Amino acid sequence: MAERERSHTRPRGAVFVPRAQVMSASDVHRAITRMSHEIAERNRGLDHLVLIGLQTGGVPLAERLAASLEAVEGTTIPVGILDVAFYRDDIGLRPVLPEAVTDISFDLTGATVVLVDDVLFTGRTIRAALNAVSEYGRAQAVQLAVMVDRGHRELPIRPDYVGKNLPTRRDEMVDVTEDGVAIGDVVGR
Amino acid sequence: MKSVDQFPHHLLSIDDLGSDGIAEVLRVTDSFVEVGHRANPKVPALRGRTVATLFFEDSTRTRVSFETAAKRLSADVLSFAVGSSSVRKGESLRDTVETIEAMGIDAIIIRHPSSGTPTQVAGWITNSSVINAGDGWHEHPTQALLDLYTVRQALGGGDEGMDRFKSLQVVIVGDIRHSRVARSQVAAYAALGAAVTLVAPPTLLPPSIDGWPIAAVSHDIDKELPSADVVSLLRLQSERGSGEFVPSLREYTTRFGLTGRRAAMLKPETLILHPGPMVRGVEIASEVADLPAAHITGQVSNGVAVRMAVLFLILGQSPAEGSSDV
Repeated sequence: MAERERSHTRPRGAVFVPRAQVMSASDVHRAITRMSHEIAERNRGLDHLVLIGLQTGGVPLAERLAASLEAVEGTTIPVGILDVAFYRDDIGLRPVLPEAVTDISFDLTGATVVLVDDVLFTGRTIRAALNAVSEYGRAQAVQLAVMVDRGHRELPIRPDYVGKNLPTRRDEMVDVTEDGVAIGDVVGR
Repeated sequence: MKSVDQFPHHLLSIDDLGSDGIAEVLRVTDSFVEVGHRANPKVPALRGRTVATLFFEDSTRTRVSFETAAKRLSADVLSFAVGSSSVRKGESLRDTVETIEAMGIDAIIIRHPSSGTPTQVAGWITNSSVINAGDGWHEHPTQALLDLYTVRQALGGGDEGMDRFKSLQVVIVGDIRHSRVARSQVAAYAALGAAVTLVAPPTLLPPSIDGWPIAAVSHDIDKELPSADVVSLLRLQSERGSGEFVPSLREYTTRFGLTGRRAAMLKPETLILHPGPMVRGVEIASEVADLPAAHITGQVSNGVAVRMAVLFLILGQSPAEGSSDV
């Protein structure tokens, strides 16, 4: 999401200027470990569980969650990649472009799908993802894991697994990287 | 972020796109190829948009390809059949086009026997986008884009495939004089850095090729084939009178047709392309058209995805006025 925000918020190509580090790399690591335990606890046995990372920020998190789940439960979890561009409700209002090709090589019918994104903001990306995911089969259940819930929801969507609840101003930006989570501002080029 | 800041409002010629625009079309096409592999190959991206196909010339594959592309994007498609329209009652092109625009059409996909018609139409209308689906001898941009996509796919796809265009030897054989496809192909391959050689009898070359971004012109196909990475064949356009420019079809086949003997001269990895409709036994031998090196049906299926990308980029990329929601 951070990447999406950076590339799509006007002016395009704006630069993220961090103001404060809110999670360190080890904080993120601990949050992933905790979330994988929560996922394992809630979906006993992890049968038919799949992770789907949302382009672009959710993809590395989904992979790390899958690795952590494998360490916790000894089960290999399939990981898919989803780009929601064609399902967004703001096509035509601003430039919306796919960042990468969707790669879901397994049928989702009957599966428990955990959507993974880095930042949950308005909820519109997740709304688009719910529609997109339904094209790959009728999932038994869809859950949502995010590293940061920054508030400002515009739709009735809530996460099931959260790394950190982070109150923000609407115009701030949250950047999730391997090095941790930073909050800051977007400055035009 | 690898994207053009603003995709052009119309697609009239390959030059409208430039190398960045071409790269963007090919990149977005990857996503639509994925959509095409799904059980339901349809996305809601262009819901509520309407496109009209306005074909003043016969076409099956281009029209069906554009209409399929628009429907898979959930756009509404208005198929304007010139034969049964007011054009036959004497309505001028300008009035026809303005009537269509007044109905609130977002894009007009036009094919016309006269070169430059789409450009002229784009000057008349105010809001709709115009997409050139072939105009006279001028251009057929989406055909060239789907050729590039097919080549890029065969070269490994992605950025790696794009980079390999810079060292690519492309040979275009056939009726270049009357071919809008050739003009778009030359511009498109050249924009990506490929070296294009035109092969044709002197009569089937354009009166002037000054300023064409080509590496060479040749009248001897046998000399060009061994070094070619891509051989792109063109049909003799009998409806544009190209039969009068060669002594006989048989002589053309003997000197310029891609026969089985000539196909054996190609490197094993060389791609054979043909925009269709192909005339087996004239510009391409039937057994050559069915070789694994011939990507002719692959071109057709890529055509839908490429046209989805073009429609999505043109209609889905309005300037971001007053919206910064994520």
